[in-house]
Amino acid sequence: MENVTVKINGMDVVVPAGSTVLEAARIAGIDIPTLCYLKEVNEIGACRMCVVEVKGAKTLVTACVYPVNDGMEIFTNTKKVRDSRKRNLQLLLASHDRQCLSCVASARCEFQTLCQEYGVEDAGVYDGARNEYELDTSAAHMVRDNNKCILCRRCVAVCDKVQGIGVIGSNGRGFATSIGQAFEMDLADTSCVSCGQCIAVCPTGALYEKDYTEQVFEAIEDPEKTVLVQAAPAVRAALGEEFGLPIGTDTQGKLAASLRRLGFDKVFDTVFSADLTIMEEATEFLDRVKNGGTLPLITSCSPGWVKYCEHYFPDMTENLSSCKSPQQMFGAVAKTYYAQKMGLDPKNIVMVSVMPCTAKKFEVGREDQCAAGEGIADVDIAITTRELAYMIKRAGIKFNELPDEEFDNPLGVGTGAGVIFGATGGVMEAALRTAYETLTGSEPASLDFVDVRGTDGIKEASYEIAGMNIKVAVASGLANAKKLLKAVKNGEADYQFIEIMGCPGGCVNGGGQPKQPASVRNFVDIQKLRGQVLYGLDKANPMRKSHENPEIKTIYKEFFGEPGSEKAHHILHTSYVKRGVNSNI
Amino acid sequence: MKTLEELNAVKEQYEGLVNFRRIGHAEDAVIDKKYRLHVLVCAGTGCTSSGSLKIIDKLNEELKANNIENEVKVVKTGCHGLCALGPLMIVYPEGAFYSRLEIEHIPEIVKKHFVEGNVCKEYLYKETVLEDGSVQPMNNTDFYRSQKRVALRNCGVINPEDINEYIGTGGYQAIAKVLQTMKPEDVIQVMLDSGLRGRGGAGFPTGLKWKFAAASVNEQKYVCCNADEGDPGAFMDRSVLEGDPHVVLEAMSIAGYAIGANQGYIYVRAEYPIAVERLNIAIKQARDAGLLGKDILGTGFDFDIDLRLGAGAFVCGEETALMTSIEGNRGEPRPRPPFPAVKGLFAKPTILNNVETYANIPKIIMQGAQWFASMGTEKSKGTKVFALGGKINNTGLVEIPMGTTLRTVIEEIGGGIPNGKKFKAAQTGGPSGGCIPVENMDVEIDYDNLIAIGSMMGSGGLIVMDEDNCMVDIAKFFLEFTVDESCGKCTPCREGTKRMLEILDRITEGKGKMEDIDELQELAAFIKSNALCGLGQTAPNPVLSTLRYFKDEYIAHVKDKKCPAGVCKNLLTFKIDPEKCIGCTKCAKNCPVDAIIGEKKKVHEIDTSKCIKCGTCLDGCKKDAIYKE
Repeated sequence: MENVTVKINGMDVVVPAGSTVLEAARIAGIDIPTLCYLKEVNEIGACRMCVVEVKGAKTLVTACVYPVNDGMEIFTNTKKVRDSRKRNLQLLLASHDRQCLSCVASARCEFQTLCQEYGVEDAGVYDGARNEYELDTSAAHMVRDNNKCILCRRCVAVCDKVQGIGVIGSNGRGFATSIGQAFEMDLADTSCVSCGQCIAVCPTGALYEKDYTEQVFEAIEDPEKTVLVQAAPAVRAALGEEFGLPIGTDTQGKLAASLRRLGFDKVFDTVFSADLTIMEEATEFLDRVKNGGTLPLITSCSPGWVKYCEHYFPDMTENLSSCKSPQQMFGAVAKTYYAQKMGLDPKNIVMVSVMPCTAKKFEVGREDQCAAGEGIADVDIAITTRELAYMIKRAGIKFNELPDEEFDNPLGVGTGAGVIFGATGGVMEAALRTAYETLTGSEPASLDFVDVRGTDGIKEASYEIAGMNIKVAVASGLANAKKLLKAVKNGEADYQFIEIMGCPGGCVNGGGQPKQPASVRNFVDIQKLRGQVLYGLDKANPMRKSHENPEIKTIYKEFFGEPGSEKAHHILHTSYVKRGVNSNI
Repeated sequence: MKTLEELNAVKEQYEGLVNFRRIGHAEDAVIDKKYRLHVLVCAGTGCTSSGSLKIIDKLNEELKANNIENEVKVVKTGCHGLCALGPLMIVYPEGAFYSRLEIEHIPEIVKKHFVEGNVCKEYLYKETVLEDGSVQPMNNTDFYRSQKRVALRNCGVINPEDINEYIGTGGYQAIAKVLQTMKPEDVIQVMLDSGLRGRGGAGFPTGLKWKFAAASVNEQKYVCCNADEGDPGAFMDRSVLEGDPHVVLEAMSIAGYAIGANQGYIYVRAEYPIAVERLNIAIKQARDAGLLGKDILGTGFDFDIDLRLGAGAFVCGEETALMTSIEGNRGEPRPRPPFPAVKGLFAKPTILNNVETYANIPKIIMQGAQWFASMGTEKSKGTKVFALGGKINNTGLVEIPMGTTLRTVIEEIGGGIPNGKKFKAAQTGGPSGGCIPVENMDVEIDYDNLIAIGSMMGSGGLIVMDEDNCMVDIAKFFLEFTVDESCGKCTPCREGTKRMLEILDRITEGKGKMEDIDELQELAAFIKSNALCGLGQTAPNPVLSTLRYFKDEYIAHVKDKKCPAGVCKNLLTFKIDPEKCIGCTKCAKNCPVDAIIGEKKKVHEIDTSKCIKCGTCLDGCKKDAIYKE
């Protein structure tokens, strides 16, 4: 690409043509503060935090969207620039609920950080009228507190552009502008899919998951209850970020150790039920192929995706695998097979899941998710990776000093195939490993199905297996899913098997994962770094195929019989609802 | 209409008809062979709301009753400009200019004037009746004499709902000329040479805008017309659309040819129902005539136009917000660059000009760049339409050559200030503009001069203020408007203007501090250099310009807790002059809160703790005994 030379604060810098001032400054080692800007998602120049002076320009310009040209002279640190940024912050503060000490975002709030950096010593200088908003607590998974909203619209952009949903937008105008649902509907009444990507990008404490940490602590302290915990694959790829470890640190051992120290009776691994999912789903797939069932078969692990399908592609719910998600399979097994084995009354088991996901909070309350009987939910409480970190901190556990420990048996044994469920393409790869061997009776030349790896939004591949040509596709992020499904519906694509994950990059980038500020998100490929943790674990695991998992073999032998058996169907499979847009059934 | 010949045939047929209405104004005017009289009744929004449509009905009824309906042609026209005196009616060949018509006058006028040939002077605009009783053409009156109607040339002359009348004035000759004899770059060169600058506010050279868009390579480009006129008090664009809609369609086609676009959009306010209706009629007629659509005049050039209605957000007059709105999204501005000429509507190269700008273009094509550039000042060519309002005798629409002084506009054309009051300031540029004080009355009005004195041309609202206007209150009025109309996207405009308004509220309530004035200035400077779009960047202007010229009034509010103009209620006290009060008790009876006490035939007093400063007592006192201070 062509380069241009610009002068930033008097220094010549060579940058690629077409760079923004923000990118050019970054190359020059200069940080420019942003609030609304999210690369390729929210490039609207609204917050005006990133203003800089450009020689010859009538006004200050916004570095985030202003393109450089050769010879441009830029000043990022003049009195005018500093004063403008500070005044901007002061104006936002006048409309902001400044109860920072009790805010969920305190000490990690991007707005708070900027106020500190810019020396905003007088927070109330512009105090006057302020809009007061009621909290929207209607949804199962999250709370919107517009009193903390700074109208950066990252949530709006991510919902619309990344997820292709767009159930939130601006209401009112001018000083009365607020973000919410059309016609002031409750979030729960819209076709929000609970993905939580809005929370992940919110720079303040305006959006946060519903916090169930106290309920978990209470359950642990209740002597009547046996409290089991399962942790999803993606959690171990990101939990360390909450404790200052670099993005991409593997914390599998510390995860197990911390859960044990929190007092859970048994510390299990969702990777086990990921392997179980492969057994059921591969069987379902082969059955549909052989017996003319609805194709393409689409994975159902991601509850955000499932809800999206129900709202926006209700005529395609038959394509969804009837398998419960790994979270729900785990709970179902825990309260049937495991309870029976250990002589526990399922009513006294509290099943807690730690998930990278906010949609899991919605999923635990879905219909047809009570394997152990009516009124006994497969999973009782789903908490996010972030909530787990709150618990660890609150319990005084020095996370970084923990030894590496193993998960408990029998439901803590997982394969490399199960662990990559947390990255986009992982379910597909795991399924292919097992399907290949089931169909051919032998192991493939390589267990690495690299065509379905990586963080591209849509990936496709085709494989010759036992004389069959199997076409597969993988999508992550619901806008990508929409594109893929439209192609399928229009007959432009003839895949037999599709993996869809609600969040871009898969679960490692889920809405319940540790939040990274825009200053990191804009320059670091978080999805990739976290995903690499899981592929590393896969590689290091001597068992890399779900059907090799000895505990999986045991559970079929002792309990289910065959994959796809009637008992397996009763316990491990579920049904879907045709919801339609903005109609919450 | 497939060829120029067919167009010319229509022109010849209707030329006489429209030229008849130029008698007294143009040398080539001729008598219409078919109709003895043409009766032009204004059906612009102003005259319509004062009842002109009923006047037309009554006229038709009376013409029939007198059996002269085949001799007299009644024409529903657009605006004549003198809206304060509506409903207006002009009768040719005499050029008799009837004003403030009432239905009851019609039978008499029809009988005496139309049948018997005697103009009813008592109903004429009084300026057209000389002392000796003779009637002079309207163009000799103070209101019209210094005007030069280019953009408004057909307004009030032709029937806007009849494409043939427009063709009769030479309409659609410019697009014919362009398509048959000019290359796109020639058209752009003419626009550049003419010096035409955008009439919507910022004054960007039109030719340059077209040149940029022409240089953008893309199969799909768009031509947009900004008819989202939003400045309080400005209505010239509405008048053009209501009075001469085809001129806009023709100009947009020319623009389309020049930049390589074949689709146009007119973004017009839904609050302009008459304009919308006439545009729809005009588009349909132009399509039916083959002057819009495929293969225009057999040249292979395709161009069509569609309307998009705005819902009344002021910010949608900003070009990027307008395009966002046309795209079907919430009308909010987006950052520039990319500029619309590169990436505009639906991310395609787009030009956007406003109605008045377009209204000049066909005439420039026909008369040449030099003709246009001969009018105006060095950097501002041509004419500008202003909507005169406020404390002025002749409220209405005026078109003046650039370079005319404010004094001419106010004292001559506008007829001065009513009730012998003193001129204090004129506000131009609407909420983005500023106030021009008396010491600048002799500044020649053009883009650059207005900016130099802290105001701007804007779209042409011109509001006159006299000694009874409080300048802090005026600043507050305009700021209230922008606070209300801010889209809420960027922080400086959304939050900053609100805080400025709160400071002004404090000052006008007598709670201001001297530091507030400094803070106002600092916030204003911040918003100007930090806001996302033109609306925000110019929002502080009314405050800054009043601070510049009338700072003493601000200080009086803050330090002395007085409103010198007697407007800000919280700073006023109503009092009764014991020398003048005769104890008639009228004020006490009228007072809605029983704040006035006093016995009959004795001096009354106002209980200031109860008084709500409504002014009822003052308005009702026949002895002028009540005053405020």
